[in-house]
Amino acid sequence: MSDATGAFTSDIAAGGATRDVYRPGHGHGSAHGWATGHGQGGPASKFVTVAYGFWIFLLSDIIMFSAFFAAYAVLARATAGGPTGRELFDLTRVAVQTGLLLTSSFTGGLATLAIHRRSMAGTQFWLLVTGLLGAAFLFLEVQEFAAMAAEQAGPSRSAFLSAFFALVGCHGTHVSLGLLWLGTMMAQLWVKGFRPEILRRLHCFGLFWHALDIIWVAIFTLVYLLGASP
Amino acid sequence: MLGKLDWSAIPFDQPIPLGAALIVFLAAAAVLGWITVKGYWPYLWHEWITSVDHKRIGVMYIVLAMLMLLRGFVDAIMMRTQQVLAIHGPGYLPPEHYDQIFSAHGTIMIFFAAMPFVIGLMNFVVPLQLGIRDVAFPTLNSVSFWLTATGALLVNISLVVGEFARTGWLPYAPLSETTYSPGVGVDYYLWSIQISGVGTLLTGVNLVTTILKMRAPGMGYLRMPMFCWTSLASNLLIVAAFPILTATLAMLTLDRYLGFHFFTNEAGGNQMMFVNLIWAWGHPEVYILVLPAFGLYSEIFSTFSSKPLFGYRSMVAATLFICVVSFMVWLHHFFTMGAGADVNAAFGIATSVIAVGTGVKVYNWLFTMYGGRVRFDTPMLWALGFVTTFTIGGMTGVLLAVPPADFMLHNSLFLVAHFHNVIISGVLFGAFAGFTYWFPKAFGFRLHEGWGKAAFWFTLAGYMLVFVPLYIVGLLGMTRRLQHIDMDMWAPYLVVAAFGILVMIVGAACQITQLVVSIRRRDELRDETGDPWDGRSLEWSTSSPPPVFNYARLPQVENEEPYWTIKQRALEEQSPDDEESYEPIEMPRNSPTGFVTAFFSTLVGFALIWHIWWLAIVGFIGAYATFVVFAWRDHGDYEIPADEVARIDGDRKAAQLAWLRRRERVA
Repeated sequence: MSDATGAFTSDIAAGGATRDVYRPGHGHGSAHGWATGHGQGGPASKFVTVAYGFWIFLLSDIIMFSAFFAAYAVLARATAGGPTGRELFDLTRVAVQTGLLLTSSFTGGLATLAIHRRSMAGTQFWLLVTGLLGAAFLFLEVQEFAAMAAEQAGPSRSAFLSAFFALVGCHGTHVSLGLLWLGTMMAQLWVKGFRPEILRRLHCFGLFWHALDIIWVAIFTLVYLLGASP
Repeated sequence: MLGKLDWSAIPFDQPIPLGAALIVFLAAAAVLGWITVKGYWPYLWHEWITSVDHKRIGVMYIVLAMLMLLRGFVDAIMMRTQQVLAIHGPGYLPPEHYDQIFSAHGTIMIFFAAMPFVIGLMNFVVPLQLGIRDVAFPTLNSVSFWLTATGALLVNISLVVGEFARTGWLPYAPLSETTYSPGVGVDYYLWSIQISGVGTLLTGVNLVTTILKMRAPGMGYLRMPMFCWTSLASNLLIVAAFPILTATLAMLTLDRYLGFHFFTNEAGGNQMMFVNLIWAWGHPEVYILVLPAFGLYSEIFSTFSSKPLFGYRSMVAATLFICVVSFMVWLHHFFTMGAGADVNAAFGIATSVIAVGTGVKVYNWLFTMYGGRVRFDTPMLWALGFVTTFTIGGMTGVLLAVPPADFMLHNSLFLVAHFHNVIISGVLFGAFAGFTYWFPKAFGFRLHEGWGKAAFWFTLAGYMLVFVPLYIVGLLGMTRRLQHIDMDMWAPYLVVAAFGILVMIVGAACQITQLVVSIRRRDELRDETGDPWDGRSLEWSTSSPPPVFNYARLPQVENEEPYWTIKQRALEEQSPDDEESYEPIEMPRNSPTGFVTAFFSTLVGFALIWHIWWLAIVGFIGAYATFVVFAWRDHGDYEIPADEVARIDGDRKAAQLAWLRRRERVA
């Protein structure tokens, strides 16, 4: 464990003990003066509780996406005589989109490292890069949607296109909300500095942003790659 | 400017809805006027509306639930009377109005009566039973409540402005598509359920986190009270099932608003997908409602039998079994879809198997009473009424789980009788049992026993008189949702059912009288010790009502029945705990975030229903701004000084010491 990480966890674990909350083999412990929340050690620290609650929320969000995935799977062949995925999908654009989103996750990770160093400039810079990459991703998605709508391949053309626009659009909406959140967090960090509640929120934002990546990987594979293959 | 909204939305030509709306409007105006005249607004604002205390929020949930329960009950009375008056005749409700009534009845009862009641009980009780000071996210809790209230408000606005859905409580497509339901009724349904659904989901996240991450020191999983276990299962189901509802209703919304083709007849839409998706949420929803009730029945059977719960671990296992299997039975709601014999058989077997988990619980409850000193107070009466009638409902459910039988009984009143039989005895009796059981904890005085018992017997008798005839008439072939009846053979049963609902009205009146009488005579019903029922779990160890911080010190838990242990030790040593040192306590500050967010959500919902786009945008911006303001505040907590804690806890100890002295004299 590096010193930076040690300083970070000391901030997040109750009682100020410099220990990693997530170190394996400590399921039942109040043995070190702080609790993980499971077992008999008493209530967990605020940081653990918030991050855990946000995980549960993300799981529910993933279940919502799975309903859209299921609907897409059911309706994928219901093209009603309209265009199919093979005719519509531009894999080059999707590859660029994927690159942008995955890179934004990487820069989000760099922002997290900057947070550990308590570097305001570094954090703001990497958060900004993350946001710009996300915005570029969104721009390409809007461009794709607009091009499809112009070719009479909008969501009301067929059930397949309805399911496609709903699933991909739901992900795009999440990215947009993520950008709104990111901008708000950058302003808040700038004004208030590295306070405990802001560290918690930045942590949750990181979880959210990575979860959107996971969902995009599924969309990329199940919608675009499978849809474009013969 | 106002979208589709104009004066034709107000039903000036229909006397019944207009009259009902006027009465509701006048009653609401009278209450608001009374509050203003008495000058209660500051009190309400500071102590309730902006409160983030889980106990206050729980109480507000239950108040909302009771109001909506009455509203849904009025719909039920109208349906039963209409079916009697419409034998060979038109009755008094035209079809388009009757359709709205049965749709509103189901929607209101499930989403705005049963759900808030159950969630309110969990909110109030779970942190107390876990021995902690609040839920994991107190302000989020307030947001959840106010979003639920928004949904309820929107449904009730539909009474006056526009119309409600005529599509049943689950808006099956394609009937709910714009082709067949062009009005705003379905939109009212969609947005009120969507907004309150967000509230429910956030509650689920909140309570799962609370139960898994915040328990008193020493409370391992297998020391949690049974109500906490079933609440955990129920909230896990909320987290896993409500997103499916959100997605499904979002798809229907896209169909209706933007011309998508998820469930339409044309362009490849798939109507059966709607039915599958909605029941993938709908069946777990049944268990979301009934599992907490199972848990509180467990508490009640144990307390009023003066015995530990029989088979605690098998109860935990049965709860989790039901939690998992509840996701594997949804297809039994539409065996007649034609999925094929093999699929139907698999789901039929799964449905029969899930009854085993409930069977384990029933036997555990019976064995809990066996050999105990059973006290027949009102909560125990509701519990006993539940276990007897629920078993009947469970058996008709297993009957319906057999696909060939289901083909005959599908959509008949037999089905209606079945699910009312389980949901009334399971959820409603559970709600009343929990209400009576924990009322003294919330308010510091017990409810009047005589009126409570009268309410129980009238409700039980009325409920049997309504639904036993409906079972029979369903076997005689009567389908559900009939606006008028031409078969003489069914008439006598419908008359008996209508008489039954009269008896239930008496039961409801007893319930209201009980509340009024108890409030007026609260001094003689006062609960001095915080332990009116000789309870066994931690909530009875603190005073009634509990202080804002619940516990001056987090209790140390050593076994499954922590308070019982504390009491026995105190009796042996002839003194309550004598710890004298106190530490200051940090509690979350009140926040109007929930209320303001809900205000803007109401604007958003109403605007989207009536296509007033600018207002929807204003509402969204307002809701976002509210969150930013909340996130920007500098002090989320306030501190209660140690001597204040000591003073409050001293009062509790004095009362418990007095109780010890009384016990000594008796002994």
